[in-house]
Amino acid sequence: MRRAGNRSLLVIGLLVTITVAIVVSQFASGDPDGLEYVAQETGILDTATDHAAASSPLADYGADLTDDGRLNTAAAGLLGVALTLSIGYGVFWVARRTRSNNAGPRPTR
Amino acid sequence: MHIPDGFINGTASAAFGAVAAGGVGLSVRQTGRYLSDRQVPLAGLVAAFVFAAQMVNFAVLPGMSGHLLGGVMAAVLVGPWAALLVLAVVLGVQGLVFADGGLSALGLNVVNMGIIGAVGGYLLYRVLLRVLRRLPGSVAPAAGLAAAVSVPLAAMGFAVEYALGGTASVALGTVVATLLWTHVLIGIGEGVLTAMVVAAVMRSRPDIVYGAPTYEGERLEALV
Repeated sequence: MRRAGNRSLLVIGLLVTITVAIVVSQFASGDPDGLEYVAQETGILDTATDHAAASSPLADYGADLTDDGRLNTAAAGLLGVALTLSIGYGVFWVARRTRSNNAGPRPTR
Repeated sequence: MHIPDGFINGTASAAFGAVAAGGVGLSVRQTGRYLSDRQVPLAGLVAAFVFAAQMVNFAVLPGMSGHLLGGVMAAVLVGPWAALLVLAVVLGVQGLVFADGGLSALGLNVVNMGIIGAVGGYLLYRVLLRVLRRLPGSVAPAAGLAAAVSVPLAAMGFAVEYALGGTASVALGTVVATLLWTHVLIGIGEGVLTAMVVAAVMRSRPDIVYGAPTYEGERLEALV
């Protein structure tokens, strides 16, 4: 099979990611996840305290952002993808820069 | 899998926060040693994908769902150190912006999903790859199996944290037993999703998959 180029790989990956974040996320189960279920079943959940940002409009993925739940999920998904992509890019760019500062260029294989 | 504020006391949370910070610092250093310039956008994309995938809770049992953790998936694609950074970025955004995962519990969550789930899961992947033989076709099944086991392993991270600093008075044995059977079930979903994503990337670009024998970039350690 012909290999996808670097750019098309990134474009396809980004399209898939955005689709998952704003479309597939609409079908997410609203049931508690494993840890929350365990906490609920055992009684640990009673010790949970409110999150510092619990009243933020974006709390719980924008659940109370507008009256339209689907729109809220899509907006939260898109914002989260934009943030993780840009912060992730920044972190890896910085990590990549640390090499030239202390090790010099390395031979490529 | 995200621990909220209140479950674990301040002392234990701070101690695990220090472990997480040390792990993240080491990861920045290690990632810098192997990541190439053209892998930088790819690693950022993996972080965005893990965030998106974690939004999609799948039904496991009536009344219980699970979601991808993505540690093994990220580690096989971009290496275990970059994967720990991926999870730290995702957990940071979830905790700070979307109030998912307590702020005081950020270190606990990074330890469970990043250090245990991604780095620990990757070590398991390498053992499994050797067992299944070091062939391109073994990469996705080994990743799927390691991912499946990484979920109950990460849950055991919570069990240790609860044993050391849990604020509830529920018996540890009860917590461990309930954590184990639920997360073994959730791990099946993690394994299937991880194998599917890794297989898709292996089909199109086996040369960029860090954990594959076909990888053409730099790796910090020999692939056993």
